[in-house]
Amino acid sequence: MDMNIPYTAEARPDTGLTNGKLGIWLFLASEVMLFGALFSTYLILRVGSPVWPHGTLNVPLGTINTVLLISSSVTMVLAWAALKMNQFSRHRTYLIATVVLALLFLVNKFFEYREHLAHGTPPSASTFDAIYFTLTGLHGLHILGGVIVMVYFLGPGAALWRKNPEQFANRIEYTGLYWHFVDLVWIFLFPVLYLL
Amino acid sequence: MDNAAAIGTTAAHGHAHEHAHHELGFWRKYVFSLDHKVIGIQYTLTGLLFLFFGFVLMMIMRWQLAYPMSPVPIIGGLLGTANAPGGIMLPEFYNQLGAMHGTIMVFLGVVPLAVGGFGNFVMPLQIGAPDMAFPKLNMMSYWVYFVGGVTMLASFFVTGGAANSGWTSYAPLAVTALGNGQTMWLIGMVFLITSSLLGSVNFIVTIVQLRAPGLTWMRLPFFVWAQLVTAFLLLLAFPPLEAAGVLQLMDRVAGTSFFMPSGLVVGGERLEISGGGNPLLWQHLFWFLAHPEVYVLILPALGIVGEIIANNTRKPLWGYRALVYSVIFLGFMSFIVWAHHMFMTGMGTTISAFFQTTTMIISIPSVVILTALLLSLWGGSIRFSTPMHFALAFLPMFGIGGLTGLPLGLAPTDIHLHDTYYVIGHFHYVVAPGTIFALFAGIYYWFPKATGRMMNDLLGRIHFWGSFICINIVFMPMFIQGLGGMNRRLYDGGAQYAHNAELLHWNVVIGMAAWTLALFQLPFIYNFFTSIRNGKPADRNPWDATTLEWTAPSPPGHGNFETTPVVYRGAYEYSMPGAPKDFTPQTEPERR
Repeated sequence: MDMNIPYTAEARPDTGLTNGKLGIWLFLASEVMLFGALFSTYLILRVGSPVWPHGTLNVPLGTINTVLLISSSVTMVLAWAALKMNQFSRHRTYLIATVVLALLFLVNKFFEYREHLAHGTPPSASTFDAIYFTLTGLHGLHILGGVIVMVYFLGPGAALWRKNPEQFANRIEYTGLYWHFVDLVWIFLFPVLYLL
Repeated sequence: MDNAAAIGTTAAHGHAHEHAHHELGFWRKYVFSLDHKVIGIQYTLTGLLFLFFGFVLMMIMRWQLAYPMSPVPIIGGLLGTANAPGGIMLPEFYNQLGAMHGTIMVFLGVVPLAVGGFGNFVMPLQIGAPDMAFPKLNMMSYWVYFVGGVTMLASFFVTGGAANSGWTSYAPLAVTALGNGQTMWLIGMVFLITSSLLGSVNFIVTIVQLRAPGLTWMRLPFFVWAQLVTAFLLLLAFPPLEAAGVLQLMDRVAGTSFFMPSGLVVGGERLEISGGGNPLLWQHLFWFLAHPEVYVLILPALGIVGEIIANNTRKPLWGYRALVYSVIFLGFMSFIVWAHHMFMTGMGTTISAFFQTTTMIISIPSVVILTALLLSLWGGSIRFSTPMHFALAFLPMFGIGGLTGLPLGLAPTDIHLHDTYYVIGHFHYVVAPGTIFALFAGIYYWFPKATGRMMNDLLGRIHFWGSFICINIVFMPMFIQGLGGMNRRLYDGGAQYAHNAELLHWNVVIGMAAWTLALFQLPFIYNFFTSIRNGKPADRNPWDATTLEWTAPSPPGHGNFETTPVVYRGAYEYSMPGAPKDFTPQTEPERR
């Protein structure tokens, strides 16, 4: 069963890429198209709407979440850098920190949703509420997906470090690329939904 | 030897793998396999089953059109009293059949067959790779597709039956559709889209990273180029439809109004919704996928036809580079033509003018490709094998399909032809005698590689001539009906309209031809299954072909090649001056 697929750990000389790195970039390209379509939807609905609500979202909570996510991107990079410096326990500390920050983000989001629903504005209340819940909900699912992957690399996935440290570091790098993308989506979401 | 690709054959070929022997259980070998060849065969068989199922749906619809309000024979009693009391189908059921025919043929039949089946099986072999870049992801793509397919099939049995708002699921019709069928359709689509996305990442990485030494870009077989561009289309065009699917799901389940305008009245009652949404937005998001999807349907077919024409004319493909650049240009252009499906929506003449222009531009690379394939025949000593019959028929069929599209791509003529049978005739010429014929050609051509045995030639010819004649009798009259103004969506063909009076009798002709077409698939089905065991044994290279898949054993073992092939030349060096044989495989070193 263990067939060796070339270029999983080392880069192919003429393309300069490992399979995983090309794969994750292509996946992110498709994610750009997904969120691109959703942001276009936002734009079209907003342009076609006579009124657009302002100040209904909790900006302080949103700001805290922005800080949390940017910090988690930093710890993610540090988790990868630690592997490159062969410091496995430091890597685990930073990866755990990333997971904790991501979970804090989701907890915050939960309180935000509860507050929003308590105001009597479920997704069906207006197109603004609809796009708010859908965009942040899908973004939240992406956060959750990232958390699951990171927990895997803290648990059973970590065994690869002893067998093939190079490949393990690559996998953490790919996770990091995805994580920065999810972070970047939020950097767009925050001003678009909370501030503008 | 892990003889995974051999369904029912013994390890008669490829003894060289014997030393790497490790036996897998039945489940890991045939069901949850990581081998691209087994996954390719799984996709092929599932895709063929769905094609047949989609065809059956259409044959039932054709009965209603040919003989309105008379009981469906043979299977009329099986349709259920909710759908067809006394065997006479209800309009709601007719709509379900129509919507699901389109969905199944496109998303569950042709794409899985062309991309999942042929792409998976042939592409890694043609580039000299041991497998796909991500075998586990590959297995997952298949199973996610399978779940999507089961969801779609299951939707026939929920309250209100399957989706009945057309395969395009236009809002607000689809959002307000009763029952759970439309919701199931959306969930099924999310699965199918996810499967295609995983698959396309895998395809692109495999082609970029796992090409054998010496296999430079301009030495790639045309089929691989076609698959590469197809994968990019799937990768970038499908996510917007996934977004749209999620939004429509929100509209249906959470009561949002993404696609629901203010003040919408359904059945005399004003809907209790916030409104403010945009129904046109659905059409934009849908066609942003669905136009590139047309090229997803046609490009692998062009790739297959290219391979078979080069092999059977014993000549290099005419204008290989022009073909490659055309296919890339086609890929780019296909992202900016989508609104030519929407001339009638009132989106404005300026936008129409833009999309008419891009539509005329995209026809240029299509014509270049067709012309290059046609010119490849010039001066060749053509071998009329079964795959070549289908490949040759593809050219005029695709030509008719393409040329009849021009009047639809120009708004003034589209106003008359829109939503008539002309449109049905046009795109079916592209995908049915076009793409599906190319897929049949591919099955006959690569069958010996997959099984180590040839398919029967005589049965293949009966299958070809029967299908070729019948399918033209099915689709040609639709142009007459459409030009006469016959609407495509009417349950009884539109008997209440005077202008249809002299067009309706064609429905009987079309119906007869469609059912006869089904009969002519029987030789194929019989041939396919009996040849697995009883076909004439084939060696590695039964067609005397040049590309890499023919240097592997038939069927190839796990890991494909005994030693990694090294490539020294282009993909189609047939009848090279001074060469000892009329074909020079890509692995043949330069002579000094």
